[in-house]
Amino acid sequence: MNQEQKSSPTPTDTTVSESMSLGTMKPGMFGHVLGFDTVGADPDVAPDIADRLREIGFAENLEVEVLHQSPFGRDPIAVRIGSMTVALRRREANIIKVQLV
Amino acid sequence: MSSPSLVAVVGNPNCGKSALFNALTGLRQKVANYPGATVERRTGPLLNNDHVELVDLPGTYSLTPRSPDEAVTRDVLMGKFKAERRPDAILCVVDATNLAQHLRFAIELRTLGLPMVLALNMTDLAARERISIDISALSQKLGVPVIETVAVRKKGLDDLKEKVLGALQGPGPSTMYFGATVRDYQRAAHKIAKDVTLSEGIGHKTTRILDRVLLNPVAGPIILFSILFLMFQAVFAWAETPMEWIEDGIAHLQEGAAGLLPDGWILSLLSDGILGGVGAVIVFLPQILILFAFILILESTGYMARAAFLMDRLMASVGLNGRAFIPLLSSFACAIPGIMAARTISDPKDRLTTILIAPLMTCSARLPVYTVLIGAVIPDNKVFGNTIGLQGLVMFALYLAGIIAALIVAMVLKRTMMKGQTHTFMLELPKYQVPRLPYVLVGLYERARVFLRRAGTMIMSVTIILWFLASFPGAPEGATGSPVAYSFVGYIGSWLAVVFEPIGFNWEISAALVPGMAAREVAISALGTVYSIAGSEEVVDAGVRGMIAATWSLPTAFSFMAWFIFAPQCLSTIAVARRETGGWKWPMFMLGYLFALAYIASFITYQVASALLT
Repeated sequence: MNQEQKSSPTPTDTTVSESMSLGTMKPGMFGHVLGFDTVGADPDVAPDIADRLREIGFAENLEVEVLHQSPFGRDPIAVRIGSMTVALRRREANIIKVQLV
Repeated sequence: MSSPSLVAVVGNPNCGKSALFNALTGLRQKVANYPGATVERRTGPLLNNDHVELVDLPGTYSLTPRSPDEAVTRDVLMGKFKAERRPDAILCVVDATNLAQHLRFAIELRTLGLPMVLALNMTDLAARERISIDISALSQKLGVPVIETVAVRKKGLDDLKEKVLGALQGPGPSTMYFGATVRDYQRAAHKIAKDVTLSEGIGHKTTRILDRVLLNPVAGPIILFSILFLMFQAVFAWAETPMEWIEDGIAHLQEGAAGLLPDGWILSLLSDGILGGVGAVIVFLPQILILFAFILILESTGYMARAAFLMDRLMASVGLNGRAFIPLLSSFACAIPGIMAARTISDPKDRLTTILIAPLMTCSARLPVYTVLIGAVIPDNKVFGNTIGLQGLVMFALYLAGIIAALIVAMVLKRTMMKGQTHTFMLELPKYQVPRLPYVLVGLYERARVFLRRAGTMIMSVTIILWFLASFPGAPEGATGSPVAYSFVGYIGSWLAVVFEPIGFNWEISAALVPGMAAREVAISALGTVYSIAGSEEVVDAGVRGMIAATWSLPTAFSFMAWFIFAPQCLSTIAVARRETGGWKWPMFMLGYLFALAYIASFITYQVASALLT
């Protein structure tokens, strides 16, 4: 476990080990939001995607869990973030880095 | 006081804002359209106090708009909206069960410098989830009064009114600074929420359990399609009896008119024109209300967002996203609310594509056309081992053809004219709620009022004009054949018949298509008017259905059905598309492509059917 690196997640933090992009997670997996990484993002995602994700409820340190995935092609996914449920596509979910528990 | 103080009601989506607005204004609310804008203006006095007018602004997550309706909220609050003066105060609604998230927007609103009152809504749900919040601490940290409310039980409304009045007379604007970026607001919100939350709660269990079933990979889609199937089944089965009542009522009126008035043109106008034409449309009120009841219930329970989630993948395959499913589903009732619901789609090209394909969803106004035609030409047989009625199957095929055509058109548009960045799908799945009867009833009442007003004004005037055009100038002495052939309608029909002859339409049908533009369902009443003026008593008794069965060839009937899958839409749809797209360009494009598709489809249908059947 690489605990010390957990200290200060920033929006461009990609170096944390044990972390995973939310978009690659399977239903049932959960952890804490580390940050938003727009640097390595799919060029097709909106440039203000991090703000939009924050607006709908994603924030650092919140607990996040993949609850469901679409029956067709497993995309989009429905995730619990804090106390709410949000549906989004895996491409955008990949911006969100998660520290698995 | 000359003009009342204006108080804007704002909040995140799913905070119960509309329910609170309804509770505060009751039946005194007014719905109008902002001139030139795509948003309805909902206003009403604060608990019958005519000195304070509440205006319900579209729900939004922030002051950075992501869709056209969210832009209205921002512009009004900033005082930049032409058709609305800047509000004197803000009533911000937050969901007590989701405080950290909803406070972010409240904090952003505090930067505007307007007096504000915070309604901490859904406190009953919060209590059930064992969430406990320190109200006075929250009030102090935000620098605004905080009132606990339960909109659906009308709890806390008087306190709220008192605080709003206080805020309006208070020391004037106050601003609080929490930072400048979404991230700053979010941090401040989470900090405040943490500080004022005394107990965190256990979450909404019911929602999680229900989602496990309703979003299950196998059960989820099956349930969704069952609901849709039930919806369309209900539209036909449940509406049958009330429709018979309405038909009987109209027949009574016609008999009564015949008894009171002497035979002549006044009776003809009243009986054939007004009662026949308007009655042919009003009879569909039960079907429309059933369809809308389903849609209102699906929306108010929170299921609609789940349907969007389940359908996103399918919509993505044609370049749209799951959100487009909601306006398209509404379009089965009527394209007008469907086109208006497209406002929630953030990407302008996705929104435009959705508007353009909305008329391909078979709206309830086309039901009468299909019903009459199927009744006339499709035998009432059972197929597939006597299980499924052939007539129902044909109806289903017609709906399906519209959906498939819509998907193909969307795909073509998204690859050509609407090409652009692929856009995202992001949607909050709200907590499930028991649908509230008053909400559904008010929605249905509103719908029925709009429909009946349309029937009473536009459809009635079109019918009267048509009756006039079909009755004059009248046949010359000693003329043979139908008297309508010598009327204006006959002349127009015979010119149009040149164009429509290759798709199998005779002059009567061609003439009926013109008023059919006013409203699709009028095509049937127009045929009724044309035939009843033209025909003998027996024809009128047999009705339009009998007339079609007796005089149309099968290829013509099939061609007419194919025409109505695409049928260039009614004037109201064109008008609403013009308003929503801000010009004539897109409605004209819509009209053009639908007309072309309708003609091509009918041409193929007619030619193939003629070749096979003769």
